[in-house]
Amino acid sequence: MENQVIAPDELQLSKEDFASDQMVKWCPGCGDHAILHAVENVFPNLGIPKEDFVVVSGIGCSSRFPYYMNTYGIHGIHGRAAPLATGVKLANPKLSVWMITGDGDSMAIGGNHFIHTIRRNIDINILLFNNKIYGLTKGQYSPTTPKGTKTKTSPQGTFERPFNPGELVIGAQGNFFARALDTNPKTMTKIFLEAARHKGTSLVEVLQNCVIFANKAHDLITSRETRDDYQLWIEHGKPLIFGKNNEKGIVLKGTKLEVATIGENGVTEKDILVHDQYESDPGIHMMIARMMPPEFPVALGVIRSVEFETFDQTMMQTIAAEKENSSIHSVDELLNSGGTWTID
Amino acid sequence: MTSMNSKVVELDQVVIRFAGDSGDGMQLTGSLFSDSTAFAGNDFATFPDYPSEIRAPQGTVSGVSGFQIHFGQKTVHTSGDLADVLIAMNPASLKANMRWIKDDAILIVDADAFVEKGFEKAGYQTDPTLDGSLDKYKLIKAPITSMTKEAVKHLNLDMKSTLKTKNMFALGIVMYLFNRDITLINKYFEQKFKSNPLIVEANKAVLAAGNNYAETIELFGNTYKVEPAPLEKGRYRNVTGNIATAWGFMAAAERSGRELFLGSYPITPATEILQELSKYKNLSVKAFQAEDEIAGIVSTIGASFTGSLAITSTSGPGLSLKSEAIGLAVMTELPIVIVDVQRGGPSTGLPTKSEQSDLMQALYGRNGEAPVIVIAARSSVDCFYSAYEASKLAMEHMTPVILLTDGSLANGSEVFRIPKVASLPAITPPLAEADDEHFKPYRRDEEKLNRKWAIPGTSGLRHRIGGLEKLDVEGTVSHDPLNHERMTFLREEKVMRVANYIPEQEVLGPDNADLLVVSWGGTYGVMLTVVEKMLEQGKSVAHTHFRHIMPLPRNTEKIFCRYKKIIVCEINNGQFVKYLRMNFPQFKYEQYNKIQGLPFMVAELEAKFNELLTR
Repeated sequence: MENQVIAPDELQLSKEDFASDQMVKWCPGCGDHAILHAVENVFPNLGIPKEDFVVVSGIGCSSRFPYYMNTYGIHGIHGRAAPLATGVKLANPKLSVWMITGDGDSMAIGGNHFIHTIRRNIDINILLFNNKIYGLTKGQYSPTTPKGTKTKTSPQGTFERPFNPGELVIGAQGNFFARALDTNPKTMTKIFLEAARHKGTSLVEVLQNCVIFANKAHDLITSRETRDDYQLWIEHGKPLIFGKNNEKGIVLKGTKLEVATIGENGVTEKDILVHDQYESDPGIHMMIARMMPPEFPVALGVIRSVEFETFDQTMMQTIAAEKENSSIHSVDELLNSGGTWTID
Repeated sequence: MTSMNSKVVELDQVVIRFAGDSGDGMQLTGSLFSDSTAFAGNDFATFPDYPSEIRAPQGTVSGVSGFQIHFGQKTVHTSGDLADVLIAMNPASLKANMRWIKDDAILIVDADAFVEKGFEKAGYQTDPTLDGSLDKYKLIKAPITSMTKEAVKHLNLDMKSTLKTKNMFALGIVMYLFNRDITLINKYFEQKFKSNPLIVEANKAVLAAGNNYAETIELFGNTYKVEPAPLEKGRYRNVTGNIATAWGFMAAAERSGRELFLGSYPITPATEILQELSKYKNLSVKAFQAEDEIAGIVSTIGASFTGSLAITSTSGPGLSLKSEAIGLAVMTELPIVIVDVQRGGPSTGLPTKSEQSDLMQALYGRNGEAPVIVIAARSSVDCFYSAYEASKLAMEHMTPVILLTDGSLANGSEVFRIPKVASLPAITPPLAEADDEHFKPYRRDEEKLNRKWAIPGTSGLRHRIGGLEKLDVEGTVSHDPLNHERMTFLREEKVMRVANYIPEQEVLGPDNADLLVVSWGGTYGVMLTVVEKMLEQGKSVAHTHFRHIMPLPRNTEKIFCRYKKIIVCEINNGQFVKYLRMNFPQFKYEQYNKIQGLPFMVAELEAKFNELLTR
């Protein structure tokens, strides 16, 4: 089943159609505000009637999101946004389903649902707000908190290796993975649009800042001083080039990626790896998703976008085929089929 | 044993137990005998008894698989207490089933399996057929294995395939004993093994050999016949409780015009509900096998929000995992049905054995004040009507419903008079109308106190719900203290008012009997058997059986007032009796409990009730 797509102009929707009348209660300066605005900008431009959107969430700061959108929405329980979204989508595959989650909600308590939803490739859009901390419970480490970080539950620093969400998504056979920055609304909107148009589970990790409990967790990537060295904006068909003067690039050396400087050691622009987001083999996408400071810049944009049959599509096709082929068309017919006998 | 004057003796009812190694095909043997029982026009009920291991070590007691059938010329309420006939394919099956047979039972054993090796595996010190321990029974030692080999010798079958047919030799004997026509079973072989004529021939030959053997050597003094039961006119079939449950939901979906969605995770003994519903994509059933129990119920809530008749099936451990999500359905006031096919607990407990020990969990196993409707099916066939009613109550009252069945009902089968879906009560969910200007998510119906079901995709009804407390009527998030108290009362009252929409409690027996027997759920058949028997004997007893547990029927208290003594019987340590003591503390309740993973027996209940009557 395809989403009902109408020319956006025809629907004449605007950002205001999706703005809720509820007070938005995130902390001032929280990255969530920017994400909310980006989503409000995306929804009117998808050609989908406003009553066909459903926003679903679990628990956490990010998960208050449905209350702040004027759509159908359901705020679930901790970690379970993915099965909630699954139920909505399977019950009515025509709906445009958006799941809002955080690093705790999806990577820790909801880790199981997260990987299985992606593996099934159910056609929903997941926005994962990664602030690398538990915000709503006030400052405990999360599965994405960098090793050694001191938090309320790791006063001596964490002992755990963190998850990289992209690695988990691609490892779970995910077909769409993108990374966005809460400080860059323009690119965020563009990425959300692309995620919405992708058929299958699309996952966007938004590097989002929690001003209270993990302020500047993404500082190396976002601060004016260092961002040129740590932001790599990738685009399909373009070489992976970054740096203040676009002087640096990513090269594939043997089986590994490396940062190289163009013009040094005989490296020319031709040697720089060109991004192919549509390549079905996940190898290079995995390597790109895994790049982390300080050795590497962080890849931002659409890393992987591969078309594959979706669970909901296959389910609906199977239902249609079974209806066509079966001689039983009602419960009465079913009850009277097979081994029955009559008493007169 | 043998007599030249063999005659046909008429019996009222008979219990037969087929037992063998789990690879011996006893379930098939039993179900083929059931088919011929249906054909003979008897009423019947069956129960399989198999180990939780798929293939326990061959020849051992833990590897024994059994199938019991109870049939009669009157209505049969249970799969029977003790067997009149036991077929034991090896020493282990004899040993495992000795406690389930009558003192004068007929024992048919495979003499070829009663050898040293078999005794050793079964843990017999001596040959039980020779040491006098079976003297009180009518023991028939038939060389089943060797005669099976003989019967198919001409077909040049391999040994494995040959041995696979020996259950049909045993069946042939039993068919003779009950004067049954084997044609029906031959037809089954022709259909089942269509692609393998050799196997059809082998099974036919062995079945006939068993049948002829019994006749020729006049194995039994007499043969038996059970006349057809006076069943109501109509079309019939045989169903297990789990299949009936699945079909009940399908009927409710069709009747209500809602699509059926099942979100579930396999768990014994509830798995067949998921398996059965997975078949019917032709009827638009969406059965989703989730990654765990929680995803099962949470996807169900998502589908309910989206307008499906949404259900989840599980057993006790799964119900524990679903607790938090049931609270979400209570808070969001969405209709879902949770089927709990109860098994022995706690923890993994006795997965293949039945118990009624999840009642308290169903009633109270959630955080916060979280009332839900709880109903319990009383028989395998009643699982159909209970699933239907659970769906109707959930959708019409906009609330989760927990439907309790149990392992005995789930796996047991009964004769089902096929209803017409159109003859079932109408189901009318309170759907919100598109563009209703007055729509508010938590505006309630004055009578039922339910809210409207506003389904995504409908114009003009966009709204948000969730696990956080909501402002009355408006449905926005609210932490207001008085609002929370009010909403708590409203959720409770909504469920209590369901009592106005369910039938009153009925009583079998006189209004002023000395003893009122109280039961609920899957024990109905045996309770009824006992009470009917005692009433026939002129004993002063009455029986009331509960299907509606939360809320209780309106006249419950009035009924209890009429009786001098009340006894509450349950397959648990007294959960319903505690609930009744809490609700109606003015009465004194006796209790009878059994927690052995076994059903009640007629004799034990009868003894207990008689003791209370004379005390």
